[in-house]
Amino acid sequence: MNKNLYGFAALFKTPDEIIEAAKKTAEAGYQKYDIHSPYPVHGIDRAMKLKASKLGFITLVFGLTGSAIALLLMYWTMSVDYPMIIGGKPFFALPAFVPITFELTVLLATLATVIGMITFFFRFPENDHPLHDTEYMKKVSCDHYGLVIEAKDKLFNETKVRELLNSLRPLSIEEIYYPEKETYPVLETKFVTFLILIALLTSGVTYFALNKLLYMQPFTWMMDQPKLNPQKQSTLFADGFGMRSPIKGTVARGFLPYPFTGQNAPTDVLLNPYLPTKENLQLGEQKYLTFCSPCHGNFGDGDSRLRGQFPNPPSLHSTRAREFSDGMIYHIITNGQNVMPSYASQITREERWAIVNYIRVLQRAKNAKSSDLQVVNKETGTNASN
Amino acid sequence: MHIDYSQEAPVIAGRLTLSQIEELVAHPLETKPDKKYFIALSISSSLLLIGAICLGLTFYYGTGLWGINQPVGWAFDIVNFVFWVGIGHAGTLISAILFLLRQKWRTGIARFAEAMTIFAVMCAGLFPAIHTGRPWLDGYLLPYPNQHGLWVNFTSPLLWDVFAVSTYFTVSLVFWYIGLIPDFATLRDRTTSSFKKTIYSIFSLGWRHSSRHWQHYEKAYMLLAGFATPLVLSVHTIVSFDFAVSILPGWHTTIFPPYFVAGAIFSGFAMVVTVLVFVRKIFNLENIITLDHLEKMNKVILATGMMVGYAYGMEFFIAWYSGVQAEQFVFINRAFGPYAWAYWIMVSCNVIFPQLFWFRKFRRSIPVMFVIVILVNVGMWFERFVITVTSLHRDFLPSSWGYFKPTLFDIGILLGSFGLFFTLVILFTKSLPVVSISEVKAVADGAQPTHRGGHHE
Repeated sequence: MNKNLYGFAALFKTPDEIIEAAKKTAEAGYQKYDIHSPYPVHGIDRAMKLKASKLGFITLVFGLTGSAIALLLMYWTMSVDYPMIIGGKPFFALPAFVPITFELTVLLATLATVIGMITFFFRFPENDHPLHDTEYMKKVSCDHYGLVIEAKDKLFNETKVRELLNSLRPLSIEEIYYPEKETYPVLETKFVTFLILIALLTSGVTYFALNKLLYMQPFTWMMDQPKLNPQKQSTLFADGFGMRSPIKGTVARGFLPYPFTGQNAPTDVLLNPYLPTKENLQLGEQKYLTFCSPCHGNFGDGDSRLRGQFPNPPSLHSTRAREFSDGMIYHIITNGQNVMPSYASQITREERWAIVNYIRVLQRAKNAKSSDLQVVNKETGTNASN
Repeated sequence: MHIDYSQEAPVIAGRLTLSQIEELVAHPLETKPDKKYFIALSISSSLLLIGAICLGLTFYYGTGLWGINQPVGWAFDIVNFVFWVGIGHAGTLISAILFLLRQKWRTGIARFAEAMTIFAVMCAGLFPAIHTGRPWLDGYLLPYPNQHGLWVNFTSPLLWDVFAVSTYFTVSLVFWYIGLIPDFATLRDRTTSSFKKTIYSIFSLGWRHSSRHWQHYEKAYMLLAGFATPLVLSVHTIVSFDFAVSILPGWHTTIFPPYFVAGAIFSGFAMVVTVLVFVRKIFNLENIITLDHLEKMNKVILATGMMVGYAYGMEFFIAWYSGVQAEQFVFINRAFGPYAWAYWIMVSCNVIFPQLFWFRKFRRSIPVMFVIVILVNVGMWFERFVITVTSLHRDFLPSSWGYFKPTLFDIGILLGSFGLFFTLVILFTKSLPVVSISEVKAVADGAQPTHRGGHHE
């Protein structure tokens, strides 16, 4: 027997004949045989004694998987990861989840059925099957019906198979052989060049899309908008500014203008409206450390970490500084003095007064009296003396 | 008239043999396109180009180029979306529901109708995508873990739409491809050109008409039909939810899902008839797509047209019966307000003219049916226009009432969607078999065993 023989193929003209042929072949006990027809012939699976297709199981399993994925995803996102009340619905709003659950069920079931059928049941793609490019295949593709008995069958015997096929009175009998194996060298110059070109093209397009295209109009992540920005020019207003300043003399609600702006040594200053409570002093300490300490030092000695790089700031413990009224210190913070700029826009009014109170604490601590020490000893239970 | 009901009427006329059927269907693929083909293609691709230009400008300058503004924020984009999704429904109905109902006459038209489904859903999908204003950011519509820590809102009908339309497109495409595999194999074995053969071989996956494969194949086809049937109903139901789940008078109606599905089948069948009238003539398929098939489709058009007419009436009845003033105002305003012209175009095209199909003579007359289905197409587009725009243009606050007028860009994009649809249809007729070869062969005379000597189980 020829080793390259795939099998014998017989052609028939009518569907009745092929049903008959299928029955006879199945009765003769052959297992590896097949019927080919240009469309499914009714009753052929019964004649061939085929078992019912098990494809439905794939559909069932993947359909249920689809429902489960959909429900779990929606449950987790909407009730666990980022629960949000929408339209007064509960976090797990089952009726509202029905549409997407259904769609994902159908999607997964369909794709799994088709992919499972093609890859698992058909073992496709298979364009190198020995039946391809034969006269036989051309005929069954059009208007004939064919029977193939494979040489691999346990009962295959050339003379017996011929006898059986002849008894069915076919139009013709064809011997089908395995085609010669074609080999394709992987490292062919053309192929490698093709791969390199594809790699260059892909990386080039990706680079362009991510680094250039996304920053071009109109894909600029809403960077360019024809709206007025505070710092932008505008042709809409006569003065050419995009930003509007308040009309002269208007005062914002809750805002008191500082009456001594620009005066170097005002004769009149404000009175401190805040008592040095614990909260007030804590606020003052925090703001002092943030805004004042970079120059004046953590304890007001004028020995900050910037010493030497700027003109030295004065100590806050000099007699002059200690003799300033609260209002005067407030004025210096608000208005600035010498190199020190105004802090009016950075520190609120309340915070400025708190800083003033805190500076008083620092001054008193550096120049403590014996009576202060007694109070401290009394409050903390220590026994310090001068 | 005497009709013999004891015998089934042949599905394929003219007693064609199997090879003649194949010859007929494969003929357009094996001949060079003629002048008429290029004329048709140039017209449709010009429309497509108009749409592309208008879309490009919309991308650059934004949706401000359209006629939409307060209070009408949804107009042509949504109207066209619903219109095209509806057109798509006929294909799935023919390929899936009629398959489950064992309607053999579907075989001649199923492939074409399925192709139209896919093209129509492509046109439809375009509109919600551009309607977002920045279509290149539409990836945000999908639930994926992101650095914002945000998820999409799964309880919103707009998100259901995303899932419904994309699932519908995928399933339709897969269904269509499964049907094409045996035909690719047949074409592969017919063709003499090695280039075509390579392409057909790739797409046929090596199909060899094996009965062991046909068994699984038929099972898969049935399962897919079983899934596509509820799917097609769900898609237009979900599209109707975009309106019905809101609380706007004119939209907030429980009748919307069945009403939309009936309207979708109505418009879809009209579009299929519109195109098939030409296809069967141009490609000599009169024996495969017979007058009987067209008559049956016209009957479906008549039936669904009356369902739609019933829905129009029922909406008015419920508006009156509910006693809700705002609801009543919306419907009176629809029929007699500034958009009355659109409303009466809709009613006459969808309800009045299809009544001619009660007469057998008109159902079987090509010119009459062509005029009626064109009117139905127009009427169904206006139905979506009436639902969307008239409900919005006069809201609860009379000071904010407005009148929507489309700009040239709106019209250009609508024309472009027709251009896209017909360009794809025209390309399809010359590149793939417009009729399912294997399915039509299976219903030809003498194609199935007579079971002589055996018994038919």
